[in-house]
Amino acid sequence: MGQLRQSWIPIKALIIKEILAVWRDKKSRITLIVPPLIQLLILTHAATLDVNNISIGLYNEDTGWYSHELIQRIKGSPYFKHVYDYKDSHKIREGIDEQKAIVALHMQSDFSRHIAEGNSATVQVILDGRKSNASQIVLGYLNLIFQTFSRDMLKLQGVDILEKINIEFRAFFNPNIEYIYYTVPSLVAILSMVLALTVTAMSVSRERENGTFDQLLVSPSQPWQILVGKMVPAMVISIGESTLLMIAALLLFKVPFEGSLILLYLSMIVFLFSIVGVGLFISALSKTQQQSILGSFVFMTPTMLLSGFATPIENMPLWLQPWTNLIPIKHFFVIIRGIFLKDMSTLEVLKYSWPMALIAIFTLSIAGWMFKKRLE
Amino acid sequence: MPNIKDSIHITSLSKQFKGETLPALQDVTAVIKAGTITGLVGPDGAGKTTLLRLMAGLLLPTQGKISVLGFDTVKEPENLHDVIGYMPQKFGLYEDLTVIENLNFYAALHNLSEEEKPKVFEKMFHFTALRPFTERLAGNLSGGMKQKLGLACSLLGRPKVLLLDEPSVGVDPISRRELWEMVQELVQQGICVVWSTAYLDEADQCGEVLLLNKGKLLFYGPPKELTKRVRARVFEMDILFKKRRLILKEFLKRPDIIDGVIQGNKLRFVCSPSFHIEEKEAKWQAVAPRFEDAFIDILGGSHNGESALAENMPFKHIKGGNHPILAENLTKMFGTFTAAKDISFEIKQGEIFGLLGPNGAGKSTIFKMLCGILQPTAGRALVSGYNLKTAPSRARSRIGYMAQKFSLYGDLSVQENLDFFSGIYGLVGQRRLKEVQQMISIFDLSSYLRSNAGLLPLGYKQRLALACSLMHEPDVLFLDEPTSGVDPLVRREFWNHINGMVEKGVTIMVTTHFMEEAEYCDRIALIYGGVNIATGTPMELKDKVKTKKRPNPSLEEAFIALIERIDRKKAS
Repeated sequence: MGQLRQSWIPIKALIIKEILAVWRDKKSRITLIVPPLIQLLILTHAATLDVNNISIGLYNEDTGWYSHELIQRIKGSPYFKHVYDYKDSHKIREGIDEQKAIVALHMQSDFSRHIAEGNSATVQVILDGRKSNASQIVLGYLNLIFQTFSRDMLKLQGVDILEKINIEFRAFFNPNIEYIYYTVPSLVAILSMVLALTVTAMSVSRERENGTFDQLLVSPSQPWQILVGKMVPAMVISIGESTLLMIAALLLFKVPFEGSLILLYLSMIVFLFSIVGVGLFISALSKTQQQSILGSFVFMTPTMLLSGFATPIENMPLWLQPWTNLIPIKHFFVIIRGIFLKDMSTLEVLKYSWPMALIAIFTLSIAGWMFKKRLE
Repeated sequence: MPNIKDSIHITSLSKQFKGETLPALQDVTAVIKAGTITGLVGPDGAGKTTLLRLMAGLLLPTQGKISVLGFDTVKEPENLHDVIGYMPQKFGLYEDLTVIENLNFYAALHNLSEEEKPKVFEKMFHFTALRPFTERLAGNLSGGMKQKLGLACSLLGRPKVLLLDEPSVGVDPISRRELWEMVQELVQQGICVVWSTAYLDEADQCGEVLLLNKGKLLFYGPPKELTKRVRARVFEMDILFKKRRLILKEFLKRPDIIDGVIQGNKLRFVCSPSFHIEEKEAKWQAVAPRFEDAFIDILGGSHNGESALAENMPFKHIKGGNHPILAENLTKMFGTFTAAKDISFEIKQGEIFGLLGPNGAGKSTIFKMLCGILQPTAGRALVSGYNLKTAPSRARSRIGYMAQKFSLYGDLSVQENLDFFSGIYGLVGQRRLKEVQQMISIFDLSSYLRSNAGLLPLGYKQRLALACSLMHEPDVLFLDEPTSGVDPLVRREFWNHINGMVEKGVTIMVTTHFMEEAEYCDRIALIYGGVNIATGTPMELKDKVKTKKRPNPSLEEAFIALIERIDRKKAS
């Protein structure tokens, strides 16, 4: 016990120093608070995934009441500016090809009949695959219309149509389809990741450049103590940062918060551990801060591209899709959105946390090993 | 009055930086002539770099004017840039480019035509002796070679005025001499050279000297003029080698002693004009004054020799035998390159042991192996009886370390730095408070406690660095070029502390390029080519190179002669 306390003393000194070093430097203090908030404000709107003025093509072979009701609802929705009625399926292809419409619906002649008979009916939704993002969102809007349609039908006739229409639901837990709700929690995750990565990636190389790292090496501290001393402050700073951003999300953007705060923080710790591991690994490799920044970019670019934030993973080539599981933030996106927008269950959080935990164990042990090797 | 066309005229020049209370330069008037090296000297923060940058047209004067070869630095900056070569303290070499790529780059910057280039490069290679290294990355050159390359690059524009800002800091004596000779050659071609330096032996050799202190020009003229003021006031005395530190301390307490330094088995004193030789000073021999004597004198004398640090320190009793540092056959290989080969020595308690050698000779490698930053390829290093390999943490807890350049946390305050370093060495509770408090009072840091360490005056940075390395009461103190680029006053204060600690049983390991600093050592190991080529007291090393032609060699001469001897042996 005494020994444990003894080894805690230098770690504590390291942690205090690290936090002070970030806090004492006026520039980095401002950098911690102002740019992330501004980024949150601006990027939320820049990366707003709302799609307005949508053009939709409709090819309805059905003459029944149900399809007409559905079409009326689409026409009446504020999202769809132009609605084209197509008379045959060639027109659908043409419309999408020439980008007159981003989406087209095709209902076959037995649509109403099937519903009325209590069987399953099919709406074919054709999306413009070139605009993968926008079309995903349009699909979200359509989903909402289908959902309210089915609910109303249920009330009206006691027929459960929801079960009868075959469509894929995505981004469903965003009832008003305000894409800010989707972007803001994602941005909280992204910004705290960037921070955790840069704080750790730069921390050792900065000390190398300033010559203070040698001071640490000649002190009796052991590599693992230095490692912990670098890890904890980065965690504290990033968690603080995400807290700040989450408050901004709740107050400024009125994003709902449905789930458990404790679960969110626990999973965030796991997530940040995996990032800190990557940061320390980069740090152990780099001699200068410049190299650290380059290293961070090498990690950041594929992470952002494969995370599913900007481009849906479903739209990536099949062989690439399993690899995206190696990206920690991919899992955390699911968790943070899930906890914000719906009350994600503990089991589900666990399901998405364990891959991050594995990544964390891996990156941290590599970082520790590199660290030790570099010291010797 | 020299012709305005070939000299630098500085007229009532003042420079005030925003936010500073005192001016960086105040009413400086001088003429810098061509055909000689003009030395720019003064304590740290005196305004040397500011003056150079003003002359180079990189700063605008607040008042007064400078005319460089007749061009006004404010009105005609374009003309100025064609005639000026400026080498800042850290010359902008691209470390990831080779020597030749650096030269090509600077040739392009200076509009050197393709036809001229081969001829000019040829001359530069001859001049710098860098030809064998053209394909080497600039970052892998030794300190001396880097400076030579920097000088070559700043000469590519064929300047008529050369401004050099401390070109010899961190450069070994041999390279320093070569650098000096290179510049001397330029002077003979009629170039106007300003050489700012903290090495006062260099100032001694200058044709003229500008001595600045706190922005004011204290002296301007040939160095011999200044040394006149201490004529017949400089003495040397032979003493018992073992007692030299104690005797020095006693003498420095006297009000009529202005300055005193150790030189091997001699003490050298500068006395005040009121000093009279009495009987007990019979053994004192009057010697020719040096520039440094006059420098200390004009600045009001040095520290009184007391070290509150040492006085508060209990005498050290060390476990693990009488050898706090033990190197046994230390060898370090980097790939196929042997940086240090079979180095063995033992250092006794209370000894100051110096590692000397040219840049790149392997002394930092040895130094780093002894304080645990590098692992030896073979052999072992012990500190206070603990093996650095098998008990690194325990061994390192007995070490105090002060790095070459300021390496504390510049953004943290003095108090925070002290807290951090006491913490990382595992101090807690009352002991931690006590040690921190003691350091604050000993080094008089109380008025700076809340200031950021990076913004302290250099002398205080030095004090803080020493304080941070001492709170855990180490047995051994490692000093890596501790006073490189520091002015003589700060250096003397620093060595007073070191001398005091040694008397209390602390063991010191020091690397240095300052021969004056080496004179403080009890023993010196001279490292060359990764091998220990000579070990001994400063006198023993001097004795080794004593000849009829050179009956009284200086330590620098000994250093150079011993290395040349090895070179000759290798050649034959």
